[in-house]
Amino acid sequence: MSDTLPLSIVNNRRMDKWLGFQPDRTVRLAVGKVEIGQGVLTALSQIAAEELDVAIGRIDILSGDTADAPDEGSTSSSQSIEVSGRSVRLVSAELRTRVIGRLAQRLNCAPEDLSVEDGVFLQDGNPTGHDYWSFAAPEDFAAAIEGSAVPKPFASYRVVGQPVPRRDLIAKVSGAAFIHDIVRSDMLHARALRQPSRGARLQALDEAAIRRAAGGAIQIVRVGDFVAFVGADETVVQRAAVAAPVHAVWTGVRELTPLQQEAAWFRDQPSDDRFIGDPGPPSEVGMVVSETYSRPFVAHAALAPSCGLAEYRDGHLSVWSHTQGVYPLRNALADILGLQRDQVTVRHAHGAGCYGHNGADDAALDAAIIALQVPDRCIRVQWRREEEFGYEPVSTAHMTRLRAALDDNGRPVDWTAEVWAGSHVQRPVFGGVMLAHEALPNPPPPAKANDPTEANGGGGTRNGFPMYDFPAKRVIHHLALQTPVRTSSLRGLGALPNVYALECFMDELAERAGIDPVEYRLSLLSDPRARHLIENVAARCDWASRWPVGTGRGLGLAWSRYKNKAAYACVAVELDVDQDVRLRRVWCAADAGLVINPDGARNQLEGGIVHAASMTLKEQVTLDGDGITSLDWASYPIMKFSEVPEIDVEIVARPELPTLGMGECTFGPTAAAIGNAVAHALGVRIRDMPLTRERIAAALVR
Amino acid sequence: MSIGLTVNGRDVALNADPVTPLLDVLRNYLDLKGTRYGCGLEQCGTCMVLIDGEAAYSCAREIGSVAGCSVVTIEGLGTPQHPHRLQTAFLEEQAGQCGYCLSGIIISAKALLDRNPAPSRADIVAALDKHLCRCGTHTRIIAAVQKAALMGEVA
Ligand code: FES
Ligand code: FES
Repeated sequence: MSDTLPLSIVNNRRMDKWLGFQPDRTVRLAVGKVEIGQGVLTALSQIAAEELDVAIGRIDILSGDTADAPDEGSTSSSQSIEVSGRSVRLVSAELRTRVIGRLAQRLNCAPEDLSVEDGVFLQDGNPTGHDYWSFAAPEDFAAAIEGSAVPKPFASYRVVGQPVPRRDLIAKVSGAAFIHDIVRSDMLHARALRQPSRGARLQALDEAAIRRAAGGAIQIVRVGDFVAFVGADETVVQRAAVAAPVHAVWTGVRELTPLQQEAAWFRDQPSDDRFIGDPGPPSEVGMVVSETYSRPFVAHAALAPSCGLAEYRDGHLSVWSHTQGVYPLRNALADILGLQRDQVTVRHAHGAGCYGHNGADDAALDAAIIALQVPDRCIRVQWRREEEFGYEPVSTAHMTRLRAALDDNGRPVDWTAEVWAGSHVQRPVFGGVMLAHEALPNPPPPAKANDPTEANGGGGTRNGFPMYDFPAKRVIHHLALQTPVRTSSLRGLGALPNVYALECFMDELAERAGIDPVEYRLSLLSDPRARHLIENVAARCDWASRWPVGTGRGLGLAWSRYKNKAAYACVAVELDVDQDVRLRRVWCAADAGLVINPDGARNQLEGGIVHAASMTLKEQVTLDGDGITSLDWASYPIMKFSEVPEIDVEIVARPELPTLGMGECTFGPTAAAIGNAVAHALGVRIRDMPLTRERIAAALVR
Repeated sequence: MSIGLTVNGRDVALNADPVTPLLDVLRNYLDLKGTRYGCGLEQCGTCMVLIDGEAAYSCAREIGSVAGCSVVTIEGLGTPQHPHRLQTAFLEEQAGQCGYCLSGIIISAKALLDRNPAPSRADIVAALDKHLCRCGTHTRIIAAVQKAALMGEVA
């Protein structure tokens, strides 16, 4: 049985790692996934409440804590409900079955005669005088989880599938709610002076000038080329950090060029090359067409700059972080700082939505380095805005060239996607380098280029394979060995640029064949779930009445199944183009199998649409000789209230099918639908994101 | 030098350097953590407070410049036990993902409803346009403000 158990359970076999009944008649549920604004803890609570038959309000969830919660790796790639949800369902069903089994023996009845009503046991509908809190025994929790209990059939669900409100929101609309708000006794504030680049050495630091600028007491901590300013008054420490860069002299700073900010730069870089899919070279038979699409480097651009807290007392390091993976961070911190893993505890605290690997882990390392130098105090590191934009790992620029050999009807018989990009994932656990580690006396070797395997959905290749019924398809992946700046995971990894390329190219091929783009897609697509969504959205946006190209108003449509195995989404966008693109309306249909919390799901689908639209229309990390130059919200604009369209989302109910992660599924289709709508509005195609005013003007004179 | 002002209806006298940002005073001297740091550049709106009834950034505002003023933060609107109708409406609409933007946005919405109890959608968008939300919760946030306005009409 155990080889079919989810990895989360295999790694955490004891029942009491997951569940407990507490004296105040609540149920303790401990999980390894963390809340990153996606409502995952509410959804997991719903699953436990459902299988245990207790009111949702009784679930007291603890998440992301290396002392008390199970190790479930990182919270990423829409896997939380697919993997952790399945684990919580199995574990809860098993605990219920165990306790009921023992009670049935005690009462000398069949387990089927017993039922549970909000944690209270009934026999043939009558009170037994027993409940979970009085009857559950240590033996129920000590044994290994077998995964043999049968969860409820979906038809009997009462809590799962309901729009349960999130419990964490109330704090967020009324006061302290985030890691930034934690106050510990003896807390000291800290800011780092960033090493301008890997390999840079601090030649001189005018400490007196920095102290003068601070205008209050600070301690200056130096470890190798890592420098931090520490003090009781945050305002003073902040002033020191703002003043410091001009009082520091560095040598060995790497120089970048603005050329490196474009995806095309990767085409001439040394790379690790892989061929996936149909063997043999791309076909030269028949009509061969090819186009190239790109997305530049983009930032996570969370609304809150990263924050980390650490205290080192009696040989133990306690860390608070908004990391996506408390265990991987704990392991990385222990390794870097020369501590044993059991000397380090990492606890998750809420941060601002970043949708990937931003500066969270790095800020935790900053705090930990300082804490070892200033023991017995809690060190709170708050990154500054320009620090977050300038030093967080960004999402790699990405270029996709598509090539199709067409049959006489203009339909692809041989398809090749060729991708050039840096690493899409460089988490510490994944061979990535943590920022301050590079400034310590023994810096790590440069990060090795790395990307998730195809089994894990790929990185640069994510959604690179079309799901259309083409006879031959292949992906050629050029994973660049070096990137000009650190890169790591951001919502969907390569899915957005790859779906943008694929679904824009499909429109271009349809036009070439003289066939309506929706009809063209349907003629090449046998997956019934995908077809259903496309037909649904086409009907709702009145695709049949689509007008001719080049009127200034465009309607575009695109779809994908995230990772080719998670949730499906189809998106249509209506927009106007004059100098800029103005989004008017968005229609979306999504199919994610059994949806645990439809309201939370809708929130994520809508959020993904706005996020993707922002990226497609506006976002680019810019570089010059010194590094990243998009260091504030003026140079890195994101979508504003006045730019957000009307959004109409429909979730296609499939409660009988397994839950599919949906946090990222609208991301690629939204980008491509915008690309297609802009082409429809203008009559010319823009293949490089973002679709800014300059790009539109350039396309029109082309 | 002592600086006097009113915060959430209470008189406070502060021994602070007059150039200290109001945001730091609220968060670190007065332990009002609902006003949030996002950029320090008056570009994102997470630090929004009411100063004499007007929505204003607190991140670059020196405390010396608000001496004698009345400052209201999100904590002054309502509490989890006794929420303001805007807070209630945001919870009812589940208008948030990470929630980091929300306290500042609710402050701007409060200033809007105080001067215009029945705003149009365009009025709401205009009032909130200086606020960023990375999670893309805009549509729900607008709906929540509309709902709060309606709750005000019946109240
Ligand atoms: S923190 Fe004040 S506007 Fe961003
Ligand atoms: S809800 Fe996350 S920034 Fe608005």
